[in-house]
Amino acid sequence: MVTRVGVLPSEFVSFVANPATEPFWTAAAEHRLVLPRCTNCDTFRFPPAAFCWVCRRQDVEWVEHDGNGELYSFTVLRHAVIPGLAEALPIVIGVVELPDTNGCRLIGDILGCPPEVVEIGMPVALEWYDVDDGSVPCFRPRA
Amino acid sequence: MTDRTLKDRAAIVGVGATPYYRRGRSLPQTPLDLAIKATLAALDDAGLGADDVDGFALYGGAFVDTSLLAQILGIPEVRFTAGLTGGGGGSAGSIGLAAAAVATGMADVVVSVLTLQQAHMRFGASFAPRSKGGAGAYSAPSTPESVFASNSGLMAPGQMFAMLVQRHMHLYGTTRDHLAEVAISTRNNAITRETSLMRDPLTREQYFDARMISEPFGLYDYCMECDGAVAVITTTPERAKDLRHPPVQVMGSAAGGAGRWGQAITWMGMPDEYFTSSGHRPIAKRVYEMAGVGPADVDVALFYDHFTGMVLLQLEDYGFCGIGESGPFVAEGNIRWPEGTLPVNTHGGNLSEAYIIGMTHVKEAVEQLRGTAVNQVPDADIALVTGGPASIPVSALLLHR
Repeated sequence: MVTRVGVLPSEFVSFVANPATEPFWTAAAEHRLVLPRCTNCDTFRFPPAAFCWVCRRQDVEWVEHDGNGELYSFTVLRHAVIPGLAEALPIVIGVVELPDTNGCRLIGDILGCPPEVVEIGMPVALEWYDVDDGSVPCFRPRA
Repeated sequence: MTDRTLKDRAAIVGVGATPYYRRGRSLPQTPLDLAIKATLAALDDAGLGADDVDGFALYGGAFVDTSLLAQILGIPEVRFTAGLTGGGGGSAGSIGLAAAAVATGMADVVVSVLTLQQAHMRFGASFAPRSKGGAGAYSAPSTPESVFASNSGLMAPGQMFAMLVQRHMHLYGTTRDHLAEVAISTRNNAITRETSLMRDPLTREQYFDARMISEPFGLYDYCMECDGAVAVITTTPERAKDLRHPPVQVMGSAAGGAGRWGQAITWMGMPDEYFTSSGHRPIAKRVYEMAGVGPADVDVALFYDHFTGMVLLQLEDYGFCGIGESGPFVAEGNIRWPEGTLPVNTHGGNLSEAYIIGMTHVKEAVEQLRGTAVNQVPDADIALVTGGPASIPVSALLLHR
């Protein structure tokens, strides 16, 4: 295991899934971001769920997204709340809102940018962080 | 008047607590020992005994079960036992649940108790996978939903609430000076109380020099890690008349929240219009409606203060200031005791007296309305108590003397 400053150590990553979420992680392993959208009313739902929260139907299609979004909020982890995090700190965790998805938000580490310059509203691009058995979404500032 | 109200249909007649301890210092007592000591103290305060108890109304973080409590206390017959789902969000609402049992005739004397011992369980990493060192109340194997947050490292309540407050700062210009005002005014209230774990003044310098934990929250934006128990006894208005203290009447209570508030801090998908809130707006509306009062009628507010910033968001959600205006509102000294327009957490709160998951707030409201509080608000008639901003349910309780 390699610990990198600014990103969650891989030993903490989990790909526990159910039938509703599994397609997300399968695509993620291929570095594709896909989001579930209701084929009845076109509403995105995230995290993936078995039912549409608007029309309550189960019909779903998985739509690719380029992962370009805006930083909606963030926090900078300075303190290791559990053992094993200390060497990776600081970690900037962002909540990123994706356009054209009725407000879907991904949570991921913000890489390639000192904590001091991170600000809400900044454009970010998706980047995949590869661990042993899959990939996790992270983000970098986008010009 | 509709029958479908709790207003003046139940009263709090007893409150009791163990001493409060720093994390782990209550050993070798067990959490059950603490719960029973607090319950007996509350019954004694009421002038009642364990033989009078026939109900239990708890909430998710109670860490004790009615079956064992009733067995060890030798309760003659349990006629009502229920708990609100969720965690600390239900603290104030557990009294509403007790009141509902009393008002509907399901029980006559209801115990609400919260016991906490953090020797082997730390809330600071509540959502960390237990297999990876997590030891919090909700630590568990990862779930299909939780990994969308925890794969980033988001696994502690302080980190999660920091997201809400960070965005509030961005939208409205709220600052860490405003957070400091909450920390310092709350500490000032704790100083005078023998029960407080934090009795030294907190200066602005100390606040800003303290280590950062999860920006924008530093050390003094966090509540403490404590052990202890608090119990509250609720009964009918008739029964309440000739007990030891003047009854404190329930005016209203509500628990729940907007459906899309949902899991709130662990999913971060709440609608934009109330992302930077405490989740309490629907609860505020309902509790005020049931009580027939508004924010201007409240004499003292006991806001669940796990983090300084969430006190600010509750001030807005309960209508004490406009949305986005809580920073300037506290900067003007409004929440200070005794001079502020709305004294807040006159007992020192979770931040500086003790963190017993919100039940100390109920106890303080009762003491304020009895006129026996250490930091008494003169002629306090109406008190607001809230449960923790959290996933559904959040809750509130309005009381009057």
